[in-house]
Amino acid sequence: MNNQNHKEVSYLEYQGKHKGLLGWLLSTDHKRIGILYLISLMIFLTVGISFGLLIRLELLSPGKTIIDPQTYNAIFTLHGVIMIFLFVIPGLPAVFGNFFLPILIGAKDVAFPKWNLTSWYLYVIGGLLAITAILLPGGPADTGWTFYIPYSVRTSTNVTLALFAAFILGFSSILTGLNFITTVHRLRAPGMTWFKMPLSIWSFYSTAWIQILATPIIGITLLLVAFERFFKVGLFDPALGGDPILYQHLFWIYSHPAVYIMILPAMGVVSEIIPVFARRTIFGYNFIAMSSVAIALFGSLVWAHHMFTAGMSSTSQLIFSLLTMIVAIPSAIKVFNWVATLYKGSIDLQVPLLYVLAFIFQFTIGGLTGVMQGVLSIDIHVHDTSFIVAHFHYVMFGGTGFGFFAALHYWFPKMFGRMYNKKLAERTFWGVFVGFNVLYFPMFIMGWLGMPRRYYDYLPEYQIYHMISTFGSWILVPSIFLMFGYLIYYALKGAKVTEKNVWGGETLEWQIDTPPIHENFIEIPTVSDKPYEYKSNELVTQFSEAK
Amino acid sequence: MSSSEHTVTHVHRDDVASRMGMWLFLFTELLLFGGMFILYSVYRYNNPDAFHLAAKELNTIIGTFNTAILLTSSLTMALSITAIQRNNKSLSIFFQLITVVLALGFMVNKYFEWGAKFSHGIYPGSDELLSKPAGEILFFGLYYVMTGLHGLHVLIGIGLILLMTYYTVKDVITHDNYMKLESAGLYWHLVDIIWIFLFPLFYLIT
Repeated sequence: MNNQNHKEVSYLEYQGKHKGLLGWLLSTDHKRIGILYLISLMIFLTVGISFGLLIRLELLSPGKTIIDPQTYNAIFTLHGVIMIFLFVIPGLPAVFGNFFLPILIGAKDVAFPKWNLTSWYLYVIGGLLAITAILLPGGPADTGWTFYIPYSVRTSTNVTLALFAAFILGFSSILTGLNFITTVHRLRAPGMTWFKMPLSIWSFYSTAWIQILATPIIGITLLLVAFERFFKVGLFDPALGGDPILYQHLFWIYSHPAVYIMILPAMGVVSEIIPVFARRTIFGYNFIAMSSVAIALFGSLVWAHHMFTAGMSSTSQLIFSLLTMIVAIPSAIKVFNWVATLYKGSIDLQVPLLYVLAFIFQFTIGGLTGVMQGVLSIDIHVHDTSFIVAHFHYVMFGGTGFGFFAALHYWFPKMFGRMYNKKLAERTFWGVFVGFNVLYFPMFIMGWLGMPRRYYDYLPEYQIYHMISTFGSWILVPSIFLMFGYLIYYALKGAKVTEKNVWGGETLEWQIDTPPIHENFIEIPTVSDKPYEYKSNELVTQFSEAK
Repeated sequence: MSSSEHTVTHVHRDDVASRMGMWLFLFTELLLFGGMFILYSVYRYNNPDAFHLAAKELNTIIGTFNTAILLTSSLTMALSITAIQRNNKSLSIFFQLITVVLALGFMVNKYFEWGAKFSHGIYPGSDELLSKPAGEILFFGLYYVMTGLHGLHVLIGIGLILLMTYYTVKDVITHDNYMKLESAGLYWHLVDIIWIFLFPLFYLIT
């Protein structure tokens, strides 16, 4: 190169073959695709949150509060479909995996950049189909996000379109998974052996395997339901000889591993953030790495615990109950290692760490109540009550959602080259944290007392819990929207950051320019040691400088 | 653009990665059909007699003929790859086209087979079929869905191979860069192997 002092422009300013908006929409740069995903995800998340808020408003008092029962059924279905298929499943891998996975392993891009862009388009098409299904005559699906047979083949609402949307979103997810596995196998920087990879890579890698192995099953299952609706093919409908419980099995063979697709990347982010803000080498690197693989493995074998009350031999019940408890072990290994890393650390309580601590707190509650449901006798008691709703939201929102927010605040300066107002972010965190717990904790109590999930109406004795819960949503939702507001504002107008290593992190993304240049590295770095090496709470740089 | 280093985009070729990606994709395809094989196994186990009776109505001769056609097409596909490896472009194109012709032959047979069933009133949702016992409804439901999805894969395969032929003509696929053709070949063998399982399950086990 003749112009050594010439500074490479950042990926945000880079001008490729296409300019302006097309430069984004047709870009195969993994960072730009990550941002595209971020924007579209935030839009769908906003829609999903609004539906959630409506559910809470309706449940404020018994009987009709603001919407009629049919609308209510449609709204909780849409809340579920949007949140599951358009936010938490793509969530962290699509945004932060795309943006940071290649950087963290020292690569210039993913293995198949064009397929990567294709996956975003499939995601958008799937999302638009789901939205179209709301607007078309016939009305939005009212089956719940699980599309249980036989109601899903009998209802006259636009279930087929919603099924098709989920099918396409599955393809998007498969492409991302396929891309990540190949990238991790083929494009690691010299010296980065498997056990020198950052822990988030282990998470993304395990997630990618579940995406590939489980998603085809839901794809075909949903497609079969669509066929059954369209052509009256006898497959699941008992009127035609089919078996609805078989549908449930096929549905959960994917959808249970899918919750690990949702939580594993968030666990990776937590493992990334804790050593940086505790200024300590991560405790038990190998255990955390292997526990991700173990979760992916065991998590694929527990699906039938969703059908304990649906009719199953007692032998199967025992086996699936046991497997369900086993999957708690690798999750607990992670929690203990994170806490052990914090112990005697030099803790710098920044906003990302706050979200991470909230993650550990809430995930532990969500996880332990999950083990409770794995116990057969308790499951009979709490099945289909709001206890399940609380458990699920503690794991998926208190876990994955908070992990997502943590990642946003952690990588924000690297992604946009700007910094948010830390004081404001910290205050917002408390709003989100308090609002979340006020919203969901009462659901544990009323569920235990017998409040069924998904019901439109309820007995007056549950009203106090519903009121507290709805009150929580009034704290939570404005706080989240405030967060979105300030993140958008500071992404565009915040104080510029040019410092490479904003937080004092050891992983590769902190050794390159802020924001990163078009192909991340001018020269691929050579890695010599494990990530997260701190000595007496000081950073030890182990990488040969990426110039 | 003035400076060259901005216009030069990173050209990355990694055949091992492409092969790995293709195999992973084939894995997902297998699992996709796997879901249906589970349905088949469970329903067969629950309705052994009905499945036995229904399977007798399928035409084993057409099925065998189609099996032979698909196996041969897999051979010609493999030959086309070997031809391009030996830098024999026209021979490779010839074998690719033969593969397409065989695939079309498979579809034509399928058309007549399905057509005969339809004319007997056996198709999803028909009164004739719905009057049969539940097990037979399930059998024919699975038959139409599984061979239908397989047929869809054959059609996609035809499109894919024709695209490869175009690439070969245009020298995008050459004797030292034939990964695209190899991937298409892998896909075609998958289509073949799924048929190898569908054939005995529907036609031979009675």
